[in-house]
Amino acid sequence: MSLLELKDISKIYGELKALDNVSIHVDKGEWVAIMGPSGSGKSTMMNIIGCMDKPSKGQVFLDGVDISKESSRKLTEIRRDKIGLIFQQFHMVNYLTAVENIMVSQYYHSLPDEEEALEALGRVGLRDRAKHLPSQLSGGEQQRVCVARALINHPELILADEPTGNLDEANENIVLDLFRQLHREGTTLIVVTHDPEVAEAAQRTIVLEHGRVAREIINENFQE
Amino acid sequence: MNTKRKMFLKMVTASLLRRRSRMLIALLSIAVGATILSGLVTIYYDVPRQMGAQFRNYGANMILVPASGASMTTESASEALKEIPPDNLIGASPYRYVNVEMTSRQRTFIAAGTDFEQVMSTSPYFVVEGEWPRNDREILVGKETAELVGVKINSVMELSFRNEETKKRNRINFTVSGLLDTGGEEESYLFMTMKAMEDLTGITDTLDVMEMSVSAAEDELNSYAEAISAANPDISARLVKRVTKSEASVLSKLQALVLIVTLVVLALTMICVCTTMMAVVSERRREIGLRKALGASDQSIRAEFLGEGMFLGLLGGLLGTALGFAFAQFVSVNVFESSISFQPLLLPLTVVVSVVVSALSCMLPIKNAIAVDPALVLKGE
Ligand SMILES: Nc1ncnc2c1ncn2[C@@H]1O[C@H](COP(=O)(O)OP(=O)(O)OP(=O)(O)O)[C@@H](O)[C@H]1O
Ligand SMILES: [Mg+2]
Repeated sequence: MSLLELKDISKIYGELKALDNVSIHVDKGEWVAIMGPSGSGKSTMMNIIGCMDKPSKGQVFLDGVDISKESSRKLTEIRRDKIGLIFQQFHMVNYLTAVENIMVSQYYHSLPDEEEALEALGRVGLRDRAKHLPSQLSGGEQQRVCVARALINHPELILADEPTGNLDEANENIVLDLFRQLHREGTTLIVVTHDPEVAEAAQRTIVLEHGRVAREIINENFQE
Repeated sequence: MNTKRKMFLKMVTASLLRRRSRMLIALLSIAVGATILSGLVTIYYDVPRQMGAQFRNYGANMILVPASGASMTTESASEALKEIPPDNLIGASPYRYVNVEMTSRQRTFIAAGTDFEQVMSTSPYFVVEGEWPRNDREILVGKETAELVGVKINSVMELSFRNEETKKRNRINFTVSGLLDTGGEEESYLFMTMKAMEDLTGITDTLDVMEMSVSAAEDELNSYAEAISAANPDISARLVKRVTKSEASVLSKLQALVLIVTLVVLALTMICVCTTMMAVVSERRREIGLRKALGASDQSIRAEFLGEGMFLGLLGGLLGTALGFAFAQFVSVNVFESSISFQPLLLPLTVVVSVVVSALSCMLPIKNAIAVDPALVLKGE
């Protein structure tokens, strides 16, 4: 069953077509990697899927609803309710502790719940760092907090833009293991990456070039 | 408290308390503004009192005289004084004027019978060389008269008064206890106690004028005067315009000045807080983008920055109230040489004004915050 469907979307900046007639389709529970050279439109596409931007042309269906024409207020609501975001630069609110950063996400979604936030931290192996400020955490730890924050509201779709771009091998594996767990629980994952190893962990890889879908690769070796 | 509100307060206060730096500048400017506000307001309300006290040095500002065709007695005058609250009545000097003759020179002078204790408070500008009269046989002689007739301190003068009814002349010897210097017409008078005057003239009870020093603004003085005239048909109460007018005009000028300075300071505070918050917003663009990406609505962003602004205003207002009182106290002690008491109403006033000013200053910065594009966090800016 389809969760996300892009139909002939284009994003045009003046002369530049950052996305040029892209159509893709992601099923519920699927794990998809997006690859492509720098400037090929990966982040532009993630912004559109993440309800932070609108396409110049085409339609985007998320859970059956066309989000390409929605007001920004409605888009905020959809993003809050359905999507968890993970960024390459592990963005955290720098004056709030790890657990408070997770609670911020709960706060905007529904109600902050410290117990639940601590559990999520436990899931990424950082329960003992709950009271640390971002400046007191390593990059890998910060990214794990961001993963905990992305999954705290049980989103249907997790969008990650180069989540392991700034991580070492060990932390990359921790994050990938978390993705595997989320996948087993039925969460849909879309992960932008430059790293073939990260792409190989997914079920399917979509390759973008010059704002178009160049090819799709099904991962034969995918292990549940 | 519900968890949502608790989280809101946590975020708002943490932003101020853990980030410090720039927010501290904003806090400081609010505190300075609040200091000046509460200081000046204190002075604004205290100046009339202080100035009133200073002005009372220039003499009586209200007099009672008999209504035309009527006469005023000690009794009716003291009845009239009851219209004035005792706390506001600094002094009331009764005067009875009579022409007396100095026997040795065969000249007549105006003698005034009065109550010297009261004169000291209604006419603080009376300068006495020697002593004020201590008994009913001592008198004060105006400087002009003293020079004219050549009397000095401790001279003995025989004064006489001819009673028109009995056709008899009564004589009494008085000792000059002091010479009076006022710079005014009083320098040609002789001053004695009421009792001395009665002994000399046999006239009792009638008063020609009652001079009063009342601590009150012009409007209040007017209403006292009206009340006295209304309740006592034999007595007419009048303001000494020269004193009350200049007091009122100096006061209103001073208060206008204080008001203008306060408004200017508040405007400066707003500009300072506004620019600081603008800088804070651009410094925190990434954080704002992140919050929006996490699902913050425009209202949430507005509420958070407004919350921070109001928290800033609250802290600044509290700080400013304390510093402002110290400032006002300093001014009062150094300029007016008297201390002031803390006005409890000043605390809520200063805090509310600081919170409002701070919240208003955040309007423009909040507009900028709301305009931040959440997509920028994905671009890795
Ligand atoms: N706001 C914008 N205005 C103009 N051009 C833009 C804007 N955002 C992106 N672009 C352009 O669109 C193209 C695609 O950008 P995008 O960020 O999607 O690339 P990307 O695939 O994510 O690259 P990278 O791997 O370096 O992150 C680029 O050429 C970029 O310069
Ligand atoms: Mg990118």
